[in-house]
Amino acid sequence: MTSFPTGSDIIAENRGGLIGKAVDRVDGWSKVTGQARYSAEIDEAGKPLYGVIATAPIGKGVITSIDATAAEASPGVVLVLTHRNAPAQAPFGAPGEGTNPMMTAKPVLDSPEIRAFATPVALVVADSFENARAGAALIAATYQTTGAAFGFEDHLADAALSPSPTAKVEAGDFEAAFAAAPVQLDETYATPAHNHTQMEPHATLAVWEGENLTVYTSIQGLKGARQSIAWTLQIPKERVRVVSRFIGGGFGGKAHVAADSILAAIAAQRLGRPVKVAMTRAQMFHLSTHRSASRQRIRLGAGKDGVITALSHDGVLHSARYYDFTENVSGLTRALYTVDNMATRHDLVRLDSPMACAVRAPGGAVGTMAIEAAMDELAHRLGIDPVELRIRNEPKVGEGGRAFSSRSLVECLREGASRFGWAQRNPVPGAVRDGRYRIGMGVGSAIWHTLLFPARAAIVLHADGTATVRQAMTDIGTGTYTILAQIAATALGVRTADIHVEIGDSDFPAAPGSGGSFGAATSGSAVLDAAMNLRKAAAELAVGDMGGPLFGGDPAEAVFAEGSILIGNQAVRLTDLVSRLSPGGIVAEGRLEVPKDYWGKTRNAHGANFAEVAVDTLTGEVRLRRMLGVFAAGRILNEKMARSQALGGMIWGVGAALTEENHFDPRYGSFVAQDLAGYHMPAHADIVNLEAVFLPEDGDDNPMGIKGVGELGICGAGAAVANAVFNACGVRVRDYPLTVEKVLQGLG
Amino acid sequence: MKPFTYERATSVADAAKASADPSVRLLAGGTNLLDLMKLQIETPARIVDIGRLPLKDITETPDGGLRIGALATSTAIASDPVVRARYPLIARALLSGASVQLRNKATAAGNLMQRTRCAYFYDTTKPCNRRIPGSGCSAIGGHSRADGILGTSAACIAVHPSDLAVALTALDAHVETTNGQGTVRTLPVADLHRLPGASPHLETDLAPGQIITAITVPPAPPGEQIFRKVRDRASFAFALISVAASGPRYALGGVAMKPWRASASEAVLAAGGDVDEAVAAELSQARGHGHGEYKIPLAKRLLGAVIRQSRGDAA
Amino acid sequence: MRKESAVSATSDLCVHGLAGLHVGGGPALTQVIDIELIVNGRLTSLSLDPRVTLLDALREHLNLTGTKKGCDQGQCGACTVLVNGMRINSCLSLAAMHDGQAITTIEGIAPGENELHHIQAAFIERDAFQCGYCTPGQIVSAVAMLDELAAGQPSQAAEDLSAAPVLTDAELRERMSGNLCRCSAYPHIFAAIRDVAGA
Repeated sequence: MTSFPTGSDIIAENRGGLIGKAVDRVDGWSKVTGQARYSAEIDEAGKPLYGVIATAPIGKGVITSIDATAAEASPGVVLVLTHRNAPAQAPFGAPGEGTNPMMTAKPVLDSPEIRAFATPVALVVADSFENARAGAALIAATYQTTGAAFGFEDHLADAALSPSPTAKVEAGDFEAAFAAAPVQLDETYATPAHNHTQMEPHATLAVWEGENLTVYTSIQGLKGARQSIAWTLQIPKERVRVVSRFIGGGFGGKAHVAADSILAAIAAQRLGRPVKVAMTRAQMFHLSTHRSASRQRIRLGAGKDGVITALSHDGVLHSARYYDFTENVSGLTRALYTVDNMATRHDLVRLDSPMACAVRAPGGAVGTMAIEAAMDELAHRLGIDPVELRIRNEPKVGEGGRAFSSRSLVECLREGASRFGWAQRNPVPGAVRDGRYRIGMGVGSAIWHTLLFPARAAIVLHADGTATVRQAMTDIGTGTYTILAQIAATALGVRTADIHVEIGDSDFPAAPGSGGSFGAATSGSAVLDAAMNLRKAAAELAVGDMGGPLFGGDPAEAVFAEGSILIGNQAVRLTDLVSRLSPGGIVAEGRLEVPKDYWGKTRNAHGANFAEVAVDTLTGEVRLRRMLGVFAAGRILNEKMARSQALGGMIWGVGAALTEENHFDPRYGSFVAQDLAGYHMPAHADIVNLEAVFLPEDGDDNPMGIKGVGELGICGAGAAVANAVFNACGVRVRDYPLTVEKVLQGLG
Repeated sequence: MKPFTYERATSVADAAKASADPSVRLLAGGTNLLDLMKLQIETPARIVDIGRLPLKDITETPDGGLRIGALATSTAIASDPVVRARYPLIARALLSGASVQLRNKATAAGNLMQRTRCAYFYDTTKPCNRRIPGSGCSAIGGHSRADGILGTSAACIAVHPSDLAVALTALDAHVETTNGQGTVRTLPVADLHRLPGASPHLETDLAPGQIITAITVPPAPPGEQIFRKVRDRASFAFALISVAASGPRYALGGVAMKPWRASASEAVLAAGGDVDEAVAAELSQARGHGHGEYKIPLAKRLLGAVIRQSRGDAA
Repeated sequence: MRKESAVSATSDLCVHGLAGLHVGGGPALTQVIDIELIVNGRLTSLSLDPRVTLLDALREHLNLTGTKKGCDQGQCGACTVLVNGMRINSCLSLAAMHDGQAITTIEGIAPGENELHHIQAAFIERDAFQCGYCTPGQIVSAVAMLDELAAGQPSQAAEDLSAAPVLTDAELRERMSGNLCRCSAYPHIFAAIRDVAGA
């Protein structure tokens, strides 16, 4: 077992019954009543000025002239910032305290260079939103376009090996094993660019008090944002506070500091007034990040029994010329089907595009859309049931011979097949009809990394018996507020209502933020450690209290339950203890350090997605009929919220399979879809009869034995839907999404 | 949004008079106009709010038809018992046309007068002859998956987004218009919109100062009324292709900058031709544009299926 | 300006600051309109630039930020409010259009202070949201939907348009499709509304 600090036993014991329970969100009331304030809604700094961003209409080039006079003369306008009057900033990507891209400089209006479509060229600040918006439309600029590469398909020949350390991974001799394999599958799959389309666009309110800047913004990681903003503006990070209490969806798109934060900060300083900048929905498509388009070649060499002996998964991805990002499409493929002979590589096509970066389950979401479709093709070709084929290829050990911390993929496949009625699936494509519809079922395996990063936390136990947890952590909808309350309440033996969770403030002890499904494990482990330290301090206080009931007891035997500390048959209420002996509260801090031997094991969460679809044979329309995800992700902290996460991921998979795509117009360097009528995330009517189930699983991946669930559900979900379409009508579309024209073409 | 003055019209005649001024826009539901104003695709100096004018009634006409006030909302129309019983095609088109929130606001005339949803019309950084005459058409050679296959031109390949217009065209409906002088004119819904030709910015045949006051629908012919809409999502999405049938009359949506009456198909069928011939007659002139090529086979399949269904043929 | 035009301000519409309005450069006086809204039962007077949408009037002028701006173009439903009991996208409406009308926002949907509407309570119970940003719009929409159903308004999910609508699963999903949720809480939103509406 990997050794962690104390606390594991408290979670396992689960005396208060809170771990795993379907506890209501502690921030639920504020969200359903509209009281939860997101960044653009903060009113604690008084009435702000409004900034609206004006953007470049070209994809690459340079500003040759910019005339702000009309904007400046426009009613209500108080400031126009352009590259000519913006302050000096650190250059893009310049490392401050490290090269973590979330902490590097993200300057705006720092030069006349336009390196991607919609690069900001001005911020117009006015006394009202309407005046700022009208002013922004009056920015008159001329541009010189320069040679650019916009089209992914047009520049596939320019693909070059990614600089990522895992760009190329090989084991054994793939080529020889593939050549020798009795069965060879060699297919290429395409996925388009995806947008996060969080419901809340990026927004920032910037407030200066003297030399100190507070940035209220919608951001997933506070520590990185603070460093990034400070470094960009060239001020000490101690003078920057980042606050992000409620975030209207992140999905990776709010990992990096965006233009709204930098521009609001600059304008607020210049004007000596709070300035609010929110992006428009259209701006979100270019000024936020997006998922790379991919071309993925899968080669599987197998025996007639379906056992894979050679596996290759190569990805060609687009990336912005000024920012390398590698959508690691095959990293999880190697974990899913670890065989002796593997070869995976990632090549980048560098385009003059906006920044491609992480979108929910980077790599895995679209990587599994390829490998799990290829597995279906192999199963069909061999006449082996797709579930059985996956079970036959279940590895005994992980990559590099590293043992699994826990792996219940086969159990998920079996349980899912049983619950879904997989046995009723007719393996012959197109065999099941319902009126003008053909019905089919598909399966796809899910897998996602179990990650852990260092974090800190603090807890204060107050004289009234309640406690406050503080951490520079965020809740992007995942339920951080609630699970931290559950963890702290469990350790301290109180109700969740007795725990005040204060997060979303960079002044609190550092945590890496929300992303990669590591939030609960990372942040929760530090809070657990803080709670354990608090227990120790409280118990020692109690046994040293000469007049108290626990005097002289053994603090190691202290039990925390129902608001009291118990030793033997003696008890003291927390409120009595603290109010008498430490009326200002008892403070404890905690930290999580990742054990040195942590990556000596293979650590992933697993699952199986099952989908049933109906294909309209007249029109090619595909509609979901039902879907089931069975997941094993260690201990589940909150059954209800974990289910929400899993279902959400599955629905992202449905969207990726059926409707979601954005086309990068190779003539202009811009996305064609710039609104939510053009970018089709699933609507309510698209989502029918979904179920998510968690299987019990032990693990030693962190003190709580949990694994992340935010990105697991999406993996394999898209392929399950595409595989169901093939089973329904015999049409194999390898170019996602499966829109009507592609299905129709196959139907003939 | 450019600054504008806001006024509220007190009479239909006044609204019509005001609308003769090209710097004026009449504001009804606002669900399309305000969006376009935010993007400065529409930049009126004066807004005349006609939302409170008494043009909301839905009444049966002496000939057994229906008169729908220009300002009746989609919800009011689709909920009307006469519409539901005798013109289910209208209700179906409206109900599939937008979310409830939009239907509660959007009006009948506004629906017909809405502008295209072509992505390049909306992206104001791109050439678009409809938005800026003479600037070019970015949809041609671009990502034209949603664009048209019939009646397009070298200047514009956009389509009209209204589902209602398609239903009304199959029903032989007319728009009733008035001008500031009280001259009432009617014209078929099928003739309201212009094909782009060389001047796509001229979108309708309404004269300056001529405004729609009502939609009149004649008695529906015997036979089933059908509305079929193919789209990317199960709800809340514009049509890729739609087909409306009212007895022996058919119309297509998602194919052109106007609701497309399938007159050629109707003629073939009336002359005793079979369904395949009828479909071919209508779509033989169809021309796809890159990503939109699929609309031709899709329109053929859908039109054929709807004709067969309306004639009681086995699918 | 044609003063003879009978298109003019009605008596209940107070307009000032018209003089000197011109477009395209130079300071201009912006028109200001005085309106009254009954917001969550309270009569509220506002003097607004006519460009102010109902959404921005609520959020920026009345500090009622529960109504969200997700797209500002009627394509997401986060800004859903009730106007005289009917749900609309408040982003696609000018505040001036609603002079004299009753607006109900998420802040006014509950029966009383420190109480929840049944739909709000069901949303918590069913975990029908994650990030919470679309949630007020979903809740206001759901409340309106139940009224629309009671009023017999049909949806495209109806088999028979003339029949009184019944809230089948397909009806519920269709009627809630004007509210997008990127966290994709749809299954739980469905369950929450079903809990309140009955099977």
